[in-house]
Amino acid sequence: MIPITPSHYLVLSAALFMIGVIGVLVRRNIIVIFMSIELMLNAVNINLVMFAREWQQAVGQVFAVFVIVVAAAEAAVGLGIILAFYRNKETVNIDEMTLMKW
Amino acid sequence: MADATVFYTLAAAIVGFAVLVISARNTVHSVIFLVLNFLCVAALYVVLHAEFLAVIQVLVYAGGIVVLYLFVVMLVNLKRPPETHQDPRRRSRLGLVMAGLLLAQLAAIGGYSVTTAGSASAARATEAAGGNVEQIGWLLYTDYLIPFEVASMLLLVAMIGAIILAKREL
Repeated sequence: MIPITPSHYLVLSAALFMIGVIGVLVRRNIIVIFMSIELMLNAVNINLVMFAREWQQAVGQVFAVFVIVVAAAEAAVGLGIILAFYRNKETVNIDEMTLMKW
Repeated sequence: MADATVFYTLAAAIVGFAVLVISARNTVHSVIFLVLNFLCVAALYVVLHAEFLAVIQVLVYAGGIVVLYLFVVMLVNLKRPPETHQDPRRRSRLGLVMAGLLLAQLAAIGGYSVTTAGSASAARATEAAGGNVEQIGWLLYTDYLIPFEVASMLLLVAMIGAIILAKREL
C-alpha cells in the first residue's frame, strides 16, 4: 500500500468541499444548506491542518482556529436569521425566500 | 501501513457521513450525521498531530454549533406526523443497547490505558518538544495578536446580532 501523502488529504478535502457545494445547490431546506456550508469550512480546515503538519509550522492550525471562530459566528447569526424569517413566513424553503427580489 | 488504514477508514467515514448529511430527508437525522462527520474530522486532526484543534473541533463544532442547529430544527417545527410504532418499548431497548455499547467502549479504554504504559511517556515526549497547545498559544499571543482580538470582537458582534435577530421584539 502506498504511503499517505498530502495529495490524499487534498483529494479528501476536495471531495468534502464538493459534497458541500452539491448540498448548497441541491437542497431547498435552508438549515441543510447551512450544514453544507459547515462541511465546506471543514474541508478547508483539513487542508490547513495537513499543510501545517507537512511544513512543521503551527501557523496553519492558528488559521484553522480563526476559521472555526468565523464558522461559529456565521452559524449564530445565520440561525438567528432563519428563526426571524420562520416567524414571519412559516417556512424554511429557500424557494419562498423572495422578500428582496424585485 | 497502520497509517494508511486509519486514514482510509476516517476518509470513508467523513465522506460517507457528509453524503448522508445532504441526502437525509429528516433534518434531525442530518444534524446527527453532521455530529458524526465532525467527530471523524476531529479524529483526523489527531492523526495529523493537531491535538488542540481536535479538542476545539469537538467542543465548538460537535458541542456548540450542532446544539445550536438542533435547537433551530426543534424551534422550526416542521409538521411531521407523530411517530407511531407498534413496539412501545422500542426506545428503551435502543437506549439499553446504546448504554451497553458505551460501557464496552469505556471498559476498552480503561483496559488499554492500564495495560499500555507507553502512552504516558509518548505524551511527555510531545510536551518536551514544545507541545501543540503551547505552539498555538505562542503564535496567537505574539504574531497573530491583532487577528486574535479582532476574532473576539467578531464573536461579540455575532452574539449581539444573534440575540437581536432572535428576539421577538426589542
